[in-house]
Amino acid sequence: MAASRTDEPILEVRGLVEHFPLTKGILFKKQVGAVRAVDGIDMKLYKGETLGLVGESGCGKSTTARLLMRLDKPTAGQILFHGEDIAQLSGKALKAVRRNIQIVLQDPYSSLNPRMTVGDIIAEPFQIHKDVAPKGSRRKMVQDLLEVVGLNPEHIHRYPHQFSGGQRQRIGIARGLALRPEIIVCDEPVSALDVSVQAQVINLFEKLQKEFGLSYVFIAHDLSVVRHICSRVSVMYLGKIVETGDEEQIYERPTHPYTQALLSAVPVPDPTLRGHRDQIMLEGDVPSPANPPSGCRFRTRCWKVQDICAVDEPELIVHEGLDHPSACHFADIRRVIETHVVG
Amino acid sequence: MSHTETNTNPVPGIPVDDVRAGEDPNALVLDVENLHVEFRTRDGVAKAVNGVSFDLRPGETLAILGESGSGKSVTAQAIMGILDTPPGYVTQGSVRFRGTELLTLPEKARRRYRGEKISMIFQDALSSLNPVYSVGFQIGEMFRVHRGASRGDAKKKAIELMDRVHIPAAHDRVNDFPHQFSGGMRQRIMIAIALALDPEIIIADEPTTALDVTVQAQVMQLLADLQVESKMGLILITHDLGVVADVADKIAVMYAGSLIENAPALDLYGSPAHPYTERLLAAIPRVDLKGQELYTIKGIPPNLTHIPTGCAFHPRCPYAQRPICVEQVPSLHDVSEGRRSACHFWKETLDGSIKNR
Amino acid sequence: MHEPPKTLTPSEDVATAALTLGVAADTGSSDKPRSLWSDAWHDLRRNPMFIVSAALIVLLIVVAAFPGLFTSTDPKFCDLTHYNGGRAPGHPFGFDRQGCDIYSRVIYGARASVTVGILVTSGVVLIGGAIGALAAFYGGVVDSLLSRFVDVFFAIPLLLGAIVFLQAFPFRNIWTVIAAIMLLGWPQMARIMRGAVISVKESDFVTAARALGASDMRILGRHILPNAIAPVIVVATISLGLFIVLEATLSFLGIGLPSSTVSWGGDINDAQSSLRSAPHVLLFPSVALSITVLAFMLLGDAVRDALDPKLR
Repeated sequence: MAASRTDEPILEVRGLVEHFPLTKGILFKKQVGAVRAVDGIDMKLYKGETLGLVGESGCGKSTTARLLMRLDKPTAGQILFHGEDIAQLSGKALKAVRRNIQIVLQDPYSSLNPRMTVGDIIAEPFQIHKDVAPKGSRRKMVQDLLEVVGLNPEHIHRYPHQFSGGQRQRIGIARGLALRPEIIVCDEPVSALDVSVQAQVINLFEKLQKEFGLSYVFIAHDLSVVRHICSRVSVMYLGKIVETGDEEQIYERPTHPYTQALLSAVPVPDPTLRGHRDQIMLEGDVPSPANPPSGCRFRTRCWKVQDICAVDEPELIVHEGLDHPSACHFADIRRVIETHVVG
Repeated sequence: MSHTETNTNPVPGIPVDDVRAGEDPNALVLDVENLHVEFRTRDGVAKAVNGVSFDLRPGETLAILGESGSGKSVTAQAIMGILDTPPGYVTQGSVRFRGTELLTLPEKARRRYRGEKISMIFQDALSSLNPVYSVGFQIGEMFRVHRGASRGDAKKKAIELMDRVHIPAAHDRVNDFPHQFSGGMRQRIMIAIALALDPEIIIADEPTTALDVTVQAQVMQLLADLQVESKMGLILITHDLGVVADVADKIAVMYAGSLIENAPALDLYGSPAHPYTERLLAAIPRVDLKGQELYTIKGIPPNLTHIPTGCAFHPRCPYAQRPICVEQVPSLHDVSEGRRSACHFWKETLDGSIKNR
Repeated sequence: MHEPPKTLTPSEDVATAALTLGVAADTGSSDKPRSLWSDAWHDLRRNPMFIVSAALIVLLIVVAAFPGLFTSTDPKFCDLTHYNGGRAPGHPFGFDRQGCDIYSRVIYGARASVTVGILVTSGVVLIGGAIGALAAFYGGVVDSLLSRFVDVFFAIPLLLGAIVFLQAFPFRNIWTVIAAIMLLGWPQMARIMRGAVISVKESDFVTAARALGASDMRILGRHILPNAIAPVIVVATISLGLFIVLEATLSFLGIGLPSSTVSWGGDINDAQSSLRSAPHVLLFPSVALSITVLAFMLLGDAVRDALDPKLR
């Protein structure tokens, strides 16, 4: 991998698997199959960086977010936080870990309890982890947090519905920041916002990262946003990671066919490019995660498909002549988009 | 089903030489003039659309661009005549389809235009399609209701249409239900329904917003191909500047219920003549740029019951000048042929000198 | 699984245009903090149906608590010479079959109805609510078992079940009646609560609370219950009226409250034989009962409208 870091990753995922059982039965349920939402992925997150996790519906990225947050217990695999496996933790030990890994959710309209004031929402982390802030100082800390995210500290007695979508998302960010975590998992944090508001929140994320030394796992389907904010990116398809690299490698030298198709489909606000873009049209639908294709999962839609693809599942490795891992037997660079450097 | 094609996109929507039988290729197919729509609610009157005008030629693609609360969907609903009344009322303006005024037509006559001449597709196909009827039945409904076709004939037509929108194995799937299709397929079914009676205009309200980007590309390509095939006009309503850049011939930008700029696509992106457009373009991340800095627009779009005085954008505009921007509502100034801008300082915006103030 | 990016559907855009939410822009147009409860209260206060029904209920409770304020006649003082007598000075409703003052009995009868109504409803909400909430919250086997348990009780018809239950007791008093109705009325509340909790449980803010490390108790008490309680309140309010009718029915059938307790149902029962000759004996307790039940139903309707999120 180009420019690999010498320090240890603060979060590492090895062979993470999450299968959701499909059951039948009225009283005692019997398993008849499984949705293989995440089927063995490896990831590394280093301090101070933003790792992007991209993919389309059903790829498993939201499930991965939930696993990283230990909202669900993985079926198998390890999640190493500073070397310690948190995958099977529970109880007090898990609660302690939560101080260091927090989440920001997608929908600003449902991620805040409508019956709690904004002040209570942001103060709740302090009530759950009583040792972080003594009671007397909590109000001030809440107001400081509101200011840090660009909201008026005097609004702590207001209710969520009195704020706009962008403001609510900031409240969610303030809540995630309260415990001063090392890592924040951002699950599509700007997808539900208006275009003019997205930029505000994206800039806020960047500012907070610098100010508090945060590391982000940034999950999104919008590749334009991901390029802007992420230093490294992993591309997911049907529960597997198909390509990983830093921002330049993925956007300028993509090697996996799916990555290339994905990039070619991203709309660019520039009409002069019409008719000049390398457009790859995928046919067919994404297969069901309950019944993924044998061998390479992308083979049913891939234009390079050969017999070996149905038999041999390609490993995520650095192929000869390339500089970052890709899970394809025929991985090859294709410059799908023309990058221009600004500023 | 398992191969992909690489193609360079033919530029969609350019009017071609062959004309629909007997019709003047340059005549306007749709002419909207000074449309006003209000919503009367307990919290006050929300002026959702304030004096919007635009037109559409056969085979042309017009994009109505705006964020939430800009009034773009309401405009479309007023054109289609499907506005919820109450609380919505068209208080002023005209909508002419090939010269016929639609707003004053009685409902029965209006219905003949809806679906036959102008049809609409929506964002969420899952909630727009009726879950208890098969897709074949719903597509066939257009023929049974508007053309008096028999069930058998309607079903045949439905299969034809499903083929036309590239739903694989249409013959086998005509009796399937909406939930048995993927999101992209459902959107195609909605397009099939919209296409059934060969309308002259399709209004697409955020048709691909809920879809994955690869599926979005497929659906937009389908719309483009269909347009070229049948010289259909397309009104695309969206907030996505990327999608618009790909397909639109001309663009109308809406903000707080008003049309604040319209221009051909190349001109709008290359040299915007309104600060809102200019700021919006500077605020979106692009997949082909590296080292971009995102410039934000402060504040949020206004509450439509309390639209700011003067220029509705002035509280958020970095170039606003007192007293003119606060007191005077800017009229739509002619910038050049086919270009208009509702800004007191459109000249300075256009040549970039506004940034030096 | 990936949720599609949310942009407003046409109807939502319309709602935004109509902007009934009164969202405070940065201009700070709404200065006072407004909780959803205070918004609901604000709506209720302006609803005439609420004002009328609330006034009636307040009156009813005052009558039940302080009957002496409304009449000085002893309801149990009965003089047969006044058998089925009509109006007389100081006795505006006349006399019943045993010569007791009907007005006084209507006043004192309120106490039984109100007591049964309130206690049964409280019990049903607590028991049914607890079972429903736990079943929904823990899901899995717990939910399966509890739901089947609820189903069993649900299948027993309320009135018949109450009758059978009451027959088991050699004595009759207000507590057996309350117990009987409560025992068979809780399943409905359990189902309502279960449904409400299931829908709230999947909300993002509950996920966020879990992500913070909140305990189950905190999530249930702070996040789920306050957001699930609205449909329970509505059903409870309406059911209160029904429980009162049920008690009256049981008393009417002669297996409810003992005749030593003044109750509307008992009086209605007694009035049957005099229906032709002296209809006023039946009229007044029936009207009292009807007005009471109607008041609770109207209250329930008004509360439901105020709490309905779609109308907000």
